[in-house]
Amino acid sequence: MEVLFTFGKVVFAFLIVLQLTLILLWVERKGSALIQDRVGANRANIFGGVLPFNLGIVNTWMADPLKLFHKEDIVPEAADQFLHWFAPWIAILPLFVTFAVIPFGDVLVAGGYTINLQAAELDLGILYILAMLSLAVYGVVVGGWASNSRYSFLGGVRGTAQMISYEIPMGLALVSVVLTYGTIDFQQIARDQGELMFGILPAWGVFYQPIALVVLFIAGMAESKRVPFDLPEAESELVAGFYTEYSGSKQSVFMMADFVEVAIVAALVTTLFFGGWQVPYLYRDGFQFPGGFDIALPSLLVTVLQVASFLVKLFLFCWLQILVRWSLPRLRYDQLMELGWKRLLPLALINVAVTAVMVLLLDGRTIP
Amino acid sequence: MNPYLALLMSFGLCALVATIMVCASWVLGPKNPTKTKLEIFETGNPPLGSLRGVRFPIKFYLTAILFVVFDIEVVFMYPWAVVFRQLGWAGLAEMAVFVAVLAVGLAYVWRVGALEWE
Amino acid sequence: MTLFWILAFLTVPAALTVVLHRNPVYSALALVFTLFQVAIMFVALEAYLIAFLQVIIYAGAILVLILFAIMLLSLEPEEPSPERSTMRAWGWGVAALLMLELGAVASMEHGASPAQAGPKDFGSVTSVATELFSTHLLPFELTSILLLVALVGAVVLARRRS
Repeated sequence: MEVLFTFGKVVFAFLIVLQLTLILLWVERKGSALIQDRVGANRANIFGGVLPFNLGIVNTWMADPLKLFHKEDIVPEAADQFLHWFAPWIAILPLFVTFAVIPFGDVLVAGGYTINLQAAELDLGILYILAMLSLAVYGVVVGGWASNSRYSFLGGVRGTAQMISYEIPMGLALVSVVLTYGTIDFQQIARDQGELMFGILPAWGVFYQPIALVVLFIAGMAESKRVPFDLPEAESELVAGFYTEYSGSKQSVFMMADFVEVAIVAALVTTLFFGGWQVPYLYRDGFQFPGGFDIALPSLLVTVLQVASFLVKLFLFCWLQILVRWSLPRLRYDQLMELGWKRLLPLALINVAVTAVMVLLLDGRTIP
Repeated sequence: MNPYLALLMSFGLCALVATIMVCASWVLGPKNPTKTKLEIFETGNPPLGSLRGVRFPIKFYLTAILFVVFDIEVVFMYPWAVVFRQLGWAGLAEMAVFVAVLAVGLAYVWRVGALEWE
Repeated sequence: MTLFWILAFLTVPAALTVVLHRNPVYSALALVFTLFQVAIMFVALEAYLIAFLQVIIYAGAILVLILFAIMLLSLEPEEPSPERSTMRAWGWGVAALLMLELGAVASMEHGASPAQAGPKDFGSVTSVATELFSTHLLPFELTSILLLVALVGAVVLARRRS
């Protein structure tokens, strides 16, 4: 029975990523159109307009992947035949599995069981995410090398150098969060954020670690290799960077990997800084507003509200990244490296030091 | 229930879906390769040939070394951060010495201009 | 134990690929795979923290460095040559010697099983960290010196070339 529950949670966590990336693709196309005053993807009919209405989101949600999967798969003669297949696979796999440790709700009480809504109840969640993100580099570098093309190779090397450079500030930002909460367990961190500061403000990480939030968000965006950090695939210089020689579903897997990284950054920001699945003042038995005003709610409704809250926050931070992506121009390579090594790294280090001192000075009083 | 079993399930499921996605075009798509199509794309010019002998700036390699050094530093900080409240001021001093040595390294790298990309 | 044998059957071929494959990029990727399997073995031994450090540092950082070195020097697949075959003979000899030694040690230690249960929180972050920052403090601090030397050395060498 327990195995069944776990499998259900694993599938649910995976479906969140899978559906989110497809929805983001639509948001990206329609959103960019909105920003650039265009119509964007505007037609979605089945069988030449049998239905009287436009299917809207279905356009990219179903039609785009279907179209991409039916394109010809071209493997250049000069390419390394095995690694050309292997690169997209290894690019997406470590990113897909990260969502298994993100808690998407508190507990679900049903039929005598209390289910912790986190697919893998790992007490080393943050280290797991870091490990998987560090493995995601191989897709880029191998993809670039296997294509045996100058554009791909330069894109791959650039991309790897960029991703590893921004992993350091990201790791340091997470260290200061771990210092604040004293645990690397995502669910524990999410639960700790349910308490109240000064009896009124939800104790969300953003109030304790605003600098870590900024560093993590910027470094995360750089990890996802999208504008303004899209040097590895800069279309005006490198055609399409490390996936120049890819077509059809393999190329779409690379593009999907970018979206999954967007989702991962959003999940990290949500869980560590914005309370994860927490709804302010909502506890396991209902709302308890400050001032003694309570509303009792059935536990199932509370669970649904919490999961919905997680999904809404997750989507909000994805949307924020898409907004940034369509607002800023691309950095130059020296600016990129300078931002990573000379700005974010020292800032994150100082933040860790300040956090450590503050934790000791306020010993025991950090989480009220 | 062992959380690593859940991770195993996750890896299995994701590997399966990833494999399907990577192979989808090969299964569903048309296959009519031509000589030009199978060439490496170099903006329409005849390709210059393989990457044999093509060398790239040592800068990238230096970045990778910097990364390894600081990655080890960051990774040491995680166990430290978890037990930090028990370690107290002594723990802060221990990590301060460790980070100070590496900060000297960062300052050196910065001074000699190894972080500049021109 | 079953898990160990499954992992062993996956790890040993990967490790052999590292040594035997002609193409250095394949060797490096096989090494990533091998190190990942070793991390899973650490999980099986309940050394969870070490397992994650193994993936982050070895599979995720050091192998990137090695791949960069291979790619930036554009190393090509090796061709067989007479000098190589003498070297290979020496290599097999040393490997055989090592295997003998390993076998001897394994048969000697057979009585005492290393798989005794450790302390209750063995392998947890707290226990590893408490040990690391008290008993093994000096090696920990010396690590930073080692890393500093590596950093300065790399910069000096890179600058001399360019």
